[in-house]
Order: sequence, then C-alpha cells, then structure tokens
Amino acid sequence: MDKQKRNTNYNIYVESKIPKTKAWPSLFKAFLVGGLICAIGQGFYDLYSYFFPNLAESELTSCMLMTIIFITCFLTGLGIYDVIGAWGGAGSVIPITGFSNSISSPAIEFKKEGIIYGICVKMFTIAGPVIVCGVVGSIICGFVGLFN
Amino acid sequence: MFNVWDYVISFLVGGFICFLGQILVIRTKITTARILVLFLVIGMVLEVFNVYAPFREFAKAGAAVPIIGFGASLARGAIMATKEYGVIGIFTGGLTATAGGISMAIFASFIFALIFSSKTKRGGH
Repeated sequence: MDKQKRNTNYNIYVESKIPKTKAWPSLFKAFLVGGLICAIGQGFYDLYSYFFPNLAESELTSCMLMTIIFITCFLTGLGIYDVIGAWGGAGSVIPITGFSNSISSPAIEFKKEGIIYGICVKMFTIAGPVIVCGVVGSIICGFVGLFN
Repeated sequence: MFNVWDYVISFLVGGFICFLGQILVIRTKITTARILVLFLVIGMVLEVFNVYAPFREFAKAGAAVPIIGFGASLARGAIMATKEYGVIGIFTGGLTATAGGISMAIFASFIFALIFSSKTKRGGH
C-alpha cells in the first residue's frame, strides 16, 4: 500500500520534471517543414511535366517521389536531415521523405556492424512495418476491388 | 503549366497533414514507425472509399508527398491490377505501383550507407 503510494508520487514527480514540448511552436514548425517539402515536391512535378510532357500523371508522381527520396537519403548521409527532423518533428516524418529517412538513417548508423548484418538488416527496423502493413493492406484492397 | 496556386495548396494541405501528425506526437508520444503505419493505413482507407482521387486532384503534391499518398497508390495499384488481370493482380498490383519509390529508397540508402559514416555520434569520445 505504502509502496504503491510512493510509486504514484514518484510518477507524478517524474512527470513534472520531463521537459514539456511547447505545443504551438512545434505545431507551427511541423506545418512549415511538411508544407515546404510538399511544395518542393510540386516543383519537381512541374519540372518533369515540362520536360517529359508525354508521361502519365502517375508516372510523373512516381518520378517526383523518387527524386525527393534520393535527395533525402543524400541529406541523411550528410547529417542534414537529422537537423531538419529535430526542428520539424512530424513535419519531417509524415512526408515520404520520412519513410526514406527511416531506411537510410539506421543503414548509415549500423554500418559498423557489417554490410549484411549492419546495413541490410537494420535498414528495415522502422520501414519494415510500413512495408509489411502496406503489402498486406494492398492485398486486402485488391480483394475489395475484386468484389466491386 | 506553372501555377502558383498549386504550390500554395500543396504547402497548405501538406502542412496541415503534418500539423495533425504533430498533434498526435504531442498527445500520445507515438513512435515514428507507428505514425508512418497509421497514415499509410489512412491513405489506403481513403483510396478504397474513393475519397483520395478527388483529394489528389485538389491538393496536387500536398496529397501525393505525405505517406498518405504512398498508401493510396498501394491500394489503387492493387485495385486497378485486379480489375485488369484478375486474381493475380491482387498480389502484384500494390508493389508494382510503388516499386519506384521503394526501390529508390532501398538503393539510395544502401549506396549512401556505403559512402557516408554516422554523424550522430559526434562528441563523447
């Protein structure tokens, strides 16, 4: 009983000592970073639709996504994307660049453990669940499409 | 071809989606993997109920760049391939539609992991 009381008191104490994320500035930063990444994506989309006018819309989107994924991997390698991530919070996670960063960041981090067990295995620590859920979900969607 | 409004709407919609994500992060301390999976599934659900296509039409890159767009193209690929090729399309459609993004992410990560070393562990030693 006494122990329980002590534990709850301790939890309250810990809660009061945890640095509070200031809500509004971080929301604004996430908005700004996420919005800018999407606007850059739109820029590449317009660029590709100017140079390759006979590509379909889905192909242009695919090219645009591949470009910003490549740039993100490069920025992760240079250590710049970590800075953007620390500043922008969810604004750097939710765009496709966050997915790309979640693959390249552990790959670079665990390089020391070797190519197979370092880079190739650790690459999917965060992206693995995304790909698994994506594949399973798309198969379910395919079944839904079959009966529509 | 070049339309300023496209950029404004991309910025606003993309920013708003990230704004919602940041609210989740503050409220629930959700991890990166969970937040990615959650928004991916939201994208799939939107696509299955045919809400995503008009949204994409309206928001341009603001709908395509967030991971929602990735989920939606997985779902759309599977549905389109099922309509075209039958049962085999259920299994081939999703990854075919997103092959470019996934391949580029894996390839670029592998190459840059070989080139660069970790920058996060500076100091300390």
